[in-house]
Amino acid sequence: MEALSYLKHFKEVAEHEIMHSGHVACPGCGAAIAMRLALKTLGRDTMLIIPACCWAVIDGPFPYSACSVPVYQTAFETASITAGAVRAGLDATGKKGINVVAWAGDGGTFDIGFGQLSACAERNDNIIYVCYDNEAYMNTGIQRSSATPWGAWTSTTPGSDYKKERKKNLLEIMAAHRIPYAASTTVAYPDDLVLKFRKAMSIEGFRLIHIFSPCPPGHKALEKNSILEARYAVESRVFPLYEVEDGTKYTLSMDPPTRPVADYLDLQGRFRHLNKKERSFIQQAVDEEWTRLMHRMRIDEAL
Amino acid sequence: MQKVLTGNEAAAWGAMCAQAQVISAYPITPQTTIIEELANLVANGMLDARFIKVESEHSAMAGCIGAQAAGARTFTATSSQGLALMHELLHWAALGRLPVVMADVNRAMAPGWSIWTDQNDSLAQRDTGWLHYYCESNQEVLDTVIQSYKVAETVDLPVMLVLDAFFLSHTYEAVHIPSQDETAKYLPPYKPSIYLDVKDPHAFGGIVQQDVYMEFRYKMQVAMNEALEVAEKADDDFREMFGRGYGLIEPYRLDDADYVLVTSGTVASTARVTVDDLREKGHSVGMLKIRMLRPFPFEKVRQILSGRKRVAVLDRNICVGMGGIFTQEIRNAMYHIPEDKRPSIYGYIVGLGGRDVSPEVIASIAEDVQKRAVADGEQVWIGLKE
Ligand SMILES: Cc1ncc(C[n+]2csc(CCOP(=O)(O)OP(=O)(O)O)c2C)c(N)n1
Ligand SMILES: [Mg+2]
Repeated sequence: MEALSYLKHFKEVAEHEIMHSGHVACPGCGAAIAMRLALKTLGRDTMLIIPACCWAVIDGPFPYSACSVPVYQTAFETASITAGAVRAGLDATGKKGINVVAWAGDGGTFDIGFGQLSACAERNDNIIYVCYDNEAYMNTGIQRSSATPWGAWTSTTPGSDYKKERKKNLLEIMAAHRIPYAASTTVAYPDDLVLKFRKAMSIEGFRLIHIFSPCPPGHKALEKNSILEARYAVESRVFPLYEVEDGTKYTLSMDPPTRPVADYLDLQGRFRHLNKKERSFIQQAVDEEWTRLMHRMRIDEAL
Repeated sequence: MQKVLTGNEAAAWGAMCAQAQVISAYPITPQTTIIEELANLVANGMLDARFIKVESEHSAMAGCIGAQAAGARTFTATSSQGLALMHELLHWAALGRLPVVMADVNRAMAPGWSIWTDQNDSLAQRDTGWLHYYCESNQEVLDTVIQSYKVAETVDLPVMLVLDAFFLSHTYEAVHIPSQDETAKYLPPYKPSIYLDVKDPHAFGGIVQQDVYMEFRYKMQVAMNEALEVAEKADDDFREMFGRGYGLIEPYRLDDADYVLVTSGTVASTARVTVDDLREKGHSVGMLKIRMLRPFPFEKVRQILSGRKRVAVLDRNICVGMGGIFTQEIRNAMYHIPEDKRPSIYGYIVGLGGRDVSPEVIASIAEDVQKRAVADGEQVWIGLKE
């Protein structure tokens, strides 16, 4: 496997700055970096459909917008269907060559918008669905979502009631819909992010990009460590970077040097309460998931 | 025990006092700190409840319905968009005759997004068959949660109690908190007459044909009528036991008042101050606070308002194409009294999307209602920008 470059492809898109300063994201917000990179790649012929989430705020209060592409804000549970219907409207009025992008958080994706997401995927609506995943409801003050990992503190999983359920595996669920393209990426690897958006743009139908997005206040982490946290998430195999075409063709984007999960956990206060045993439980779960992912890749090759 | 609590914490502690057994809830600003506080109370063992951390408000209400059908006392809380998403299940809980109790933190509807207070969210659910209380203080929030269970479980209808975003939800006041034992003397454990029980099997919610559907609805109406007396008694009993009560409506300095300001929620507090001030200046003005909107306390409202010169209704809501909703309610109540006793009713739209309803705003309304000879049926919008 080729080593992943960091900034080669990023440099190719570096000229276009479509998301501007003046947005109101917190310092170190992964979701802001993700949008900046995504829009650079998508270009100006793009429409953003944004449900309730931090990005509904980040874009700026009325009458401002930090993104110089059309933005339509929609109800929390409806990002996918609204985007799918915007596409229908564009098709019906003969407008071509536009990227229709649903841009939702993990709550809007894994939880409240999950039924609609599945329905849009099943219909193969022609949109790019982006889930920037900061692993909780950050807009409303850090409540658990079904993307919150096992062991994490949130304001609805306080004290000894820290989250005891595992995170849903979004990419596998979407792959099971046999959508044309599903991929994971994160802000620590700009090239990977750019290439995946480019690939998504070259495909028709329902495309999903899952972006791991550090959130300093929500993860109780230092603002300066957001990129490091995203990199450690990949290197420790907590968040593997890969893509799945047509639900069956798996490609690993990067076989990371294995870093102990502890390095990743140590960057974040939301895991601070965990004892040795609980931390090694997480390591074990991550190792098992990685093994399963490798198996799935081989099954595909064997067929 | 006395503690300094926000309105939201008071709602959570109310559910704790009442020993809600199942909480099924979903976060939304400005309700979030209610469920965060409940998560804390459950985590630290102060409340022995199951907390279903659902994935939407639709499921939050469905969760209350399921748990209540199984025979448990339930609690939830929401706000604006979340309440709207619950709409189908609000009917379900009410027609299913399930005494669910819910706090709604009044918040304006989107788009554009607003997290600030107004009443359009709760009033859009006025016709779902729930009882509706509007609260003015944090103590009233806590006490109303407890009273709500008492009333709901007596008449088998769900109760929504409403508090203003931020003015109550995030504002601290000293609040008396009865212990769970004290509360249990007022509110005994929930004993449903009928629930899911393998020893006594019933089927709920099957198809109802034209021959009986109306009767189901009629029984709800009867229960609602009964709820007026039940709520009144629940408030009286509460006062006797805890030394605090609120009435279903509350007159303030109305004895000899020619002009009446009708308010609800925290606007009532501001209106008290304004009325005091106007009285000092010699105006014959008083205030009527509406605490219970459903069932609507027709008789009480009629008694208090009949014979007044003019009534100014302050609506922090707008039924677009009709006018303020409290105004419509008051007009409706006052139509059937003799003409010589019937006051003119003036409607005012104030404070939408959290715009401040200051003493000056209320004073300007009091001035307008005293000056303007004819209430022409049009709503007056206060403080509109050009
Ligand atoms: C129907 C409805 N319920 C709840 C809310 C409140 N709400 C707004 S954003 C949000 C959380 C969003 O979480 P996520 O999708 O993970 O995005 P993030 O804020 O983390 O970026 C919630 C609960 C809402 N706007 N609408
Ligand atoms: Mg999130």
